[in-house]
Amino acid sequence: MDFLTLIQVLDSTVRLATPLLLACLAGLYSERAGIFDIGLEGKMLMAAFFSAAIAASTGNVWLGLLAGIGSSLVLAALHGVASITFRGNQLISGVAINFLAAGLTVLIAQDWFKQGGRTPSLLSGGRFEGLEWPFAIGPQDAEATGTPVSQLMKAANPVQQVYSELISGHSILVYLAFLAVPATWWILYRTRFGLRLRAVGENPAAVDTAGVSVVGLRFAAVAICGLLCGVAGAYLATALQAGFVKDMTAGRGFIALAALIFAKWRPWQAMGACLLFGLLQAVALRFQNIELGPIVVPVQIMDALPYILTVVILAGFVGKAIPPRAGGEPYVKER
Amino acid sequence: MEKMPKWADVVLIPLISLLLAAGLSALVILAIGEDPVAAVKLMVDGALGSSYGWGYTLYYATNFMFTGLAVAVAAHAGLFNIGGEGQAMLGGLGVAMVCLFIPWPHWTLALLFATLGAGLFGAAWAAIPAYLQAKRGSHIVITTIMFNFIAAAVLNYMLVNVLKPASSMDPASARFSEAVHLPSLHELLAPLGIAFSKSAPANVSLLVAIVACLAVWLLIWRTSLGFEIRSFGKSEAGARYAGISPVKITIIAMMISGALAGMMAINNVMGEAERLVLNATEGAGFIGIAVALMGRNHPFGVFLAAILFGFLYQGGAELALWTKIPRELIVVIQALVILFTGALDNMVRIPLEKIFLAFRKEAS
Repeated sequence: MDFLTLIQVLDSTVRLATPLLLACLAGLYSERAGIFDIGLEGKMLMAAFFSAAIAASTGNVWLGLLAGIGSSLVLAALHGVASITFRGNQLISGVAINFLAAGLTVLIAQDWFKQGGRTPSLLSGGRFEGLEWPFAIGPQDAEATGTPVSQLMKAANPVQQVYSELISGHSILVYLAFLAVPATWWILYRTRFGLRLRAVGENPAAVDTAGVSVVGLRFAAVAICGLLCGVAGAYLATALQAGFVKDMTAGRGFIALAALIFAKWRPWQAMGACLLFGLLQAVALRFQNIELGPIVVPVQIMDALPYILTVVILAGFVGKAIPPRAGGEPYVKER
Repeated sequence: MEKMPKWADVVLIPLISLLLAAGLSALVILAIGEDPVAAVKLMVDGALGSSYGWGYTLYYATNFMFTGLAVAVAAHAGLFNIGGEGQAMLGGLGVAMVCLFIPWPHWTLALLFATLGAGLFGAAWAAIPAYLQAKRGSHIVITTIMFNFIAAAVLNYMLVNVLKPASSMDPASARFSEAVHLPSLHELLAPLGIAFSKSAPANVSLLVAIVACLAVWLLIWRTSLGFEIRSFGKSEAGARYAGISPVKITIIAMMISGALAGMMAINNVMGEAERLVLNATEGAGFIGIAVALMGRNHPFGVFLAAILFGFLYQGGAELALWTKIPRELIVVIQALVILFTGALDNMVRIPLEKIFLAFRKEAS
C-alpha cells in the first residue's frame, strides 16, 4: 500500500466519520441532560429525506438543509413531549421514532416522487460541493493542464497530497462538524448553560432547587440534538451521496450511539471514536477481506467491530463507561 | 386505592391508544390521496376474507407471538430486550444446523430438535448481554442493540463463507431435505375435512406458538420462578431483600426471552423458506416490542396483538398490491402503536384516571 492510498483511505475516513460525529455530538447533548436517545437513527433518516426532497424540488441545497433540520426538530420535539412532558419511557419513544422515520420517509417519497421510495438524484446546486482550498490540486488544475486529478495527485509531493486529498475538498458540513467538537467542549465545560446541562443529567433535583427549570434545560438539550441530527442527515443525502434512498442511514445512528459510549460521553473522545469507526467503514469499503499474512480478516468482522468494541467498553474490560446518573429517568418534582 | 378499575387499565387504555394510532394512520392515507375506508375494507378482505389471507395472517402472527412473548418475559423482569431481532437470526442459524446436518426420519422429531436448537442459539445470544448487565452493569438495551448488528454480521459470514452451497451465488443455505418439511395448515386440516389454502405459509409452528403462550402464562403466574421474575421486575431492592439473586433472575429471564425469540425460526426458516436466507427475520424481532406493549405483557394479550399485527402485515401487503399505498404504511402504524401504548402511555392514562376519579367522587 503506497502513501497516496493511505491518504485516500484517511480522506474517506473523514467523509464517513462526519455523519457519525454530528449524530454522536447530538446524542451527547441529549444524554448529558439525562434524556437517552436511541432515536438518532430515525432523526437522521427523516432529515436525509427532507433535505434531499427539498433540495431536489427547489434546486437549493441550503433550503434542503433547513428542511432537514426542521424535520429532525419535529421528531426531537416528539421525543421531548413523550419523555419530558409525559414522562414516558425514553427508550420506547426512541424505538417508535426510528420506525416512524423508516416508514414515513418511504411513504412520502413514494407519494411525492413515485420512484420506489427514493428522491431524484441531486444535480449540482442541489448538493454541497467540496470546497477547494487555495493551492490544492482540484478540478480547475485538471482542466488547465488537461490531465485528470488522479494523475496530478500521483505526481505531487507527499505534503501536497495530504493537503489536497485529506484537508482540502470536503463540503462545508465536514468542516462544521469538526468545528462543532471544540464548540461543544466549550459550551459544556466553560459556560453556565453547559454546567447546568451536565448537572441536570446527574442530579436534576439539585438544579431544580437552584431555581433553574429542569424541563426547560432538557427541552433545550433535545432541541440541540435534533438540530445536529438534522445536519447529519442532510450531509448524508446532499453531500456524501446525491439523493435519498430507503433506509440510507444504515445503522449509522446506532454506530454514533456506540461511539458516544466508547467516548464515555465526552466531546474530544467522541471525535476520536467517530474517526476510528469511520476508518473501519472506509477500510471495509475499500478492501473487503483483508489478508494479514496467514489470517484473512473477513469483511463482516470490520462491519461488526464498532459494535463489538462498544460491548467490550460497556462491559468495563477496558475502562468503565458510566452514563450520566439521571439518564433515562423522568424528573418528577416533590417526590 | 386503585385510581381505575382493572378493566380500564387492561382493555380501555390499549384500545384508546390503538384508536389514536388508527386515526393518525387514516390521516396519512388521506394525505396520500386514498380513501381510508376503502383501504380498511381491502385489508380486511385481503387478510381475513379467504383461507389464503388467513394463512398469511396466521403465519405472520406466529412470528409475532414468539417475539412478543420474548419481549414480555423480559419486561416482567424489568428488562427491555430490544435484541429479539438478533436472537431470532441466531435461532435461524440453530434451525439450519439441525435441519442441514442431521438426517431426520420424521418431521416431528426434526421439529422437536429444531425448536431446541433455535431456542438454544437464541438463549445463548441473549445470555451474553444478560451476563454483562448482571455482572458488569452494562445497560442491557445498548448491548442488545449492539448484538443485533453483531448477529447480522455473524449470519452474513456463516451464509457467505460456510453454509452457501459452492454452486450458488445467492447468500443462502442449501434447501432443507423433504423429511424436515413441516405440514402446513392445509395438510393439517385436510384430514379433518376442512379446506384450507394450499399456498399459504401458515404451518404447524402456529400450534407451537400457542403452546408457548400457555407455557409463558404458567411460568409467569404459576411457578415460583415466575414469582421471582415478577418481584425482581417490580422492585430489585425488594427482591434482593427477599433473597432472590438478581444475577440469577436477570440471566434466566433473558435466556428464556432469547429462547422464545429464537424459536420464531421454526416458523420462518423451517416452516416457510425451508432454507436459511439473509434477512430471514424481516424485522419481526422489533414488532415483538409493539406486540408486547399492546398485549400488556400478558400471554393472552400477546396472542391477540400478534394476530392484529399479522392482519396488519397481510393487509398491508394487499394494500401495496392493489393501491398506491406502499407497504411502509405498516411500519408507520407499528411506530404509532409503540408510541401511543409505550412512550405516550401517560397522555392517555392521566386524563382517563381523572375521569374515573371524578365519577367515583360523584358516586360516594
